Amino acid sequence: MVREPLVLGIESSCDETGVALVRGTELLGHAVASSVDEHVRFGGVVPEIASRAHLEALLPTLRRACEEAGLTLADVDVVAVTAGPGLAGALLVGVAAAKALALALDVPLLGVNHLVAHVAVDVLVSGALPERSLALLVSGGHTELLDVASPSGDARDLRVELLGQTLDDAAGEAFDKVARLLGLPYPGGPHVQRAAESGDPRAFAFPRGLTAAHDLRRHPHDFSFSGLKTAVSREVEAHRRAGGDVTDPAFVADVAASFQEAVADVLARKAVAACRERGVGVLLLGGGVAANSRVRGLLAERCEAAGITLRVPPLRLCTDNGAMVAALGSLAVAAGLGPSPLGLATDPGLPVTTVVV
Amino acid sequence: MLILALDTSSSVGAALLDGERLLAAEQHHDPRRHGELLAPAVSAVLAAAGVDRRELGAVAVGVGPAPFTGLRVGVATALVLGEALGIPVHGVGSLDALAATALAAGRQSLAGGFVVAADARRREVHWARIAVDDASDPLSGWRRTGGPAVAAPTDVPAEGLPAVGRGAELYREALPGLPVGAPGGEPGDRADRAALPTDPDPGVLGALVARRLERGGELLPPQPLYLRRPDAKVPAALAGR
Ligand SMILES: [Zn+2]
Repeated sequence: MVREPLVLGIESSCDETGVALVRGTELLGHAVASSVDEHVRFGGVVPEIASRAHLEALLPTLRRACEEAGLTLADVDVVAVTAGPGLAGALLVGVAAAKALALALDVPLLGVNHLVAHVAVDVLVSGALPERSLALLVSGGHTELLDVASPSGDARDLRVELLGQTLDDAAGEAFDKVARLLGLPYPGGPHVQRAAESGDPRAFAFPRGLTAAHDLRRHPHDFSFSGLKTAVSREVEAHRRAGGDVTDPAFVADVAASFQEAVADVLARKAVAACRERGVGVLLLGGGVAANSRVRGLLAERCEAAGITLRVPPLRLCTDNGAMVAALGSLAVAAGLGPSPLGLATDPGLPVTTVVV
Repeated sequence: MLILALDTSSSVGAALLDGERLLAAEQHHDPRRHGELLAPAVSAVLAAAGVDRRELGAVAVGVGPAPFTGLRVGVATALVLGEALGIPVHGVGSLDALAATALAAGRQSLAGGFVVAADARRREVHWARIAVDDASDPLSGWRRTGGPAVAAPTDVPAEGLPAVGRGAELYREALPGLPVGAPGGEPGDRADRAALPTDPDPGVLGALVARRLERGGELLPPQPLYLRRPDAKVPAALAGR
């Protein structure tokens, strides 16, 4: 039997530098370096800092991935890299590295779509893409609902359609902003979740963006979190004006829990409604916000009630990483897609319908 | 030893050299497409010289100073080529490469010393001041006596010396070049300001590294010389709260 090609994946679209090695649907080595600590004092990802960090992390991450796999670069058969969407300067570092690797090893290059890679990472767990699924991708950089069809279980006939996306803030960004309002550190996700543990999710009736009947007609599958953030801001302000202590742990806990509930509710409601409307039985969750246990929990509850199978990859594969890029590269190679030219351009706004550039 | 030289500090350039001898070069003056143009240029110079990548002995790369994004393309490419081919990567200042490039083109007319100035964007230049000891030797016959540094064009301490490079082209008032009709000593010497190079030549950059490997001289780690701190403002979406 012919061995499947060894695919090296490089991811650098935001603040994570990821390199991984995948053969077929088997993850052999996986390393991620994050510049998250360097962005803390700015309350969000600073593109120039992220790009500098990618360059510094490049070789150490590459070496760690190879070491973990017990392989060398000479074993690599294909190099896959995130070509977009993402931060322009950050993408450039990964793509330059991937091209140099393809040149030096004389192997094909594959520029792939970051969002589709979030979907494809599931094959490392399940072995094949579901024939049909919806994917909910939620992170600090994106919030999308995708319709994914793959009748053959590989990338040959992979069709991805953007059903909906956020009209303003990404879900993870909303966590960051609310954390700032509550005096909690960046990144907001884990801190808001911790604060919410002792809070009452019904203490405040925060709005569920784009769920009113008139909004649903125009934006059935889109999201909006800026109104939610404004509502939280107003609540904090009202509390302050009433002479309350806005750092009071009980107040913070109630606001955090109510906010988190609103996000989880909107995500679950929209995703389940889309599955029902389209008659799709599998929902795939991806992105860093998958780390939030309430988001996962409520999705699991509502999916079960609706008879939908919820698939959540292990968390280290939900956040941005090279394994998802290598997984999609592996699917693409098996399907005969690519290679991409050495003149491949990065595309910060790459549409989700483009799987391989 | 075969050296692959890369520079993305301003233009996008790749050159292949055997020691100081140029075998092939490609240079694009397109400051916005470093990421697209560099890898094909590397591929092209290898093909033009009929050299297999595995025969390379070292990579030389311009490490700036330069505007950030393009510079990183060159450094990332050099680092990974070095890693994958198991060969050393030597950094060299892009302003040094520009100085050697300029002197190679205008030996006598620049013999009294000159300033190199590259476009740093945001109405600033990256500059260095050069004293010439032996104008007939563009690789070793000069020293840096100021810089590399970043400054507004009017703040560059040019001390009346002519300025060369894209930064000088952009800010002619603040950084005047050679006087028209400056004396040209050797046949082929280009005293005409317009004929002097605006960007480092990747072939000269490679020869400079070959020379410094041979005789000593400043070689830098393959890391960008940023000179400026990152623009680390609170992102607009978070401001005003
Ligand atoms: Zn992502």
